[in-house]
Amino acid sequence: MSENQTGNWPLWEVFVRSSRGLSHVHAGSLHAPDATMAVRNARDLYTRRNEGTSVWVVPADAITASDPDSKGGYFESAQGKSYRHATYYTKSEGVKHL
Amino acid sequence: MTEQTTTADQAATTAEQQHFEHLISEDSRVEPRDWMPEAYRKSLTRQVSQHAHSEIIGMQPEANWITRAPSLKRKAVLMAKVQDEAGHGLYLYSAAETLGTPRSVLNEQLLSGKAKYSSIFNYPARTWADMGAIGWLVDGAAICNQVPLCRASYGPYGRAMVRICKEESFHQRQGWEILYELSHGTEAQKQMAQDAVNRFYGPALQMFGPPDADSPNSQQSMQWNIKRFSNDELRQRFVDMIVPQAEALGLTLPDPDLKWNEERGHYDYGQLDWDEFMSVIKGSGPCNVQRMKRRREAHAQGAWVREAAEAYAQRQAREAAEAAAAASATDAEATEEFTVVAGRGSAELIGA
Repeated sequence: MSENQTGNWPLWEVFVRSSRGLSHVHAGSLHAPDATMAVRNARDLYTRRNEGTSVWVVPADAITASDPDSKGGYFESAQGKSYRHATYYTKSEGVKHL
Repeated sequence: MTEQTTTADQAATTAEQQHFEHLISEDSRVEPRDWMPEAYRKSLTRQVSQHAHSEIIGMQPEANWITRAPSLKRKAVLMAKVQDEAGHGLYLYSAAETLGTPRSVLNEQLLSGKAKYSSIFNYPARTWADMGAIGWLVDGAAICNQVPLCRASYGPYGRAMVRICKEESFHQRQGWEILYELSHGTEAQKQMAQDAVNRFYGPALQMFGPPDADSPNSQQSMQWNIKRFSNDELRQRFVDMIVPQAEALGLTLPDPDLKWNEERGHYDYGQLDWDEFMSVIKGSGPCNVQRMKRRREAHAQGAWVREAAEAYAQRQAREAAEAAAAASATDAEATEEFTVVAGRGSAELIGA
């Protein structure tokens, strides 16, 4: 088999759950011929010191991301809406358990 | 029309550039899909991939001693360390790839000799004590260099460095401990430890790169927040750290000019042999040829593993497809039966 073929394994993004109760967090990526081998490889590569209790691999191609060109604009609608935060409401200062 | 487009493009580029410069001035992070100057991308790709190549080649001097480690424990430790080096290489290739150069290209650059790797790995590991000196001095210098890189402006590089630095501290300590055991052993063992330190001291100090005056790329890297301290600053920091560590080992450092400078609050150290450094970089070090030959052999000898993995993946996919086809055929039969029953029912109803 050719080198080209072995050089072009798909890229998988690796997510590791560090302990029960926490979310999986992106750790990095690796190349593997299929999902099963990607998971095994991810275990050896990203959890050599008990860093994880669970691993996900996702084909890098399968990830759809927000447009980086829109910069902050895409997330602007959340700004200037301080009334969505508890700290916006100050009249209750001094009142307990609020 | 054309002119308008060009102007629009220029305006866009300027806005992108301003955003990039803003990120750098804020000491924020640049992420893979952000616009970045071509020179920044190119410089980082070179640095991160060279770093990755160094980790991969760096497996060789130590792998060389796995079969001859003096005890089962030492063997297990050394295997873990060599495996870590492979892991570090892979974290860094992963970061380098986010800059747009495929892994196969990076690998080819190493195998063809086009890409460089750290010169330190072109020195031989002659004795067991070298495993100690490499861990203590070589990994120690690497940590000193790498800790500030955890804050590098390029996000994926910084994150890879955080992971690597955590693991390196085990490397340095285990190396120091090997030397400690030897320096507290027989006279011959102590001599072996001293000899290893004598050979690795100079090359380890050179790992920080040429003196600042001769390091033209450093300034740009510092402006981009990739590099945080100059070569000489880091070298000084390292010297200041290892002097007391050598004392604790009961070993000496092979530098007659090494002495505490009260005024500077640092240790002065002697001139390093930069001619030798340059000649090793250019390929004339004791092991350059051997290291490259071994890397190419290892890659070629691993071909069957890659081929087998691929064949296995193909078979698994084929079998899964066949099983799915069989299952859907069964489903279709079931559906057909159901339709017939329903049809009969309908007919009966119609008949009624």
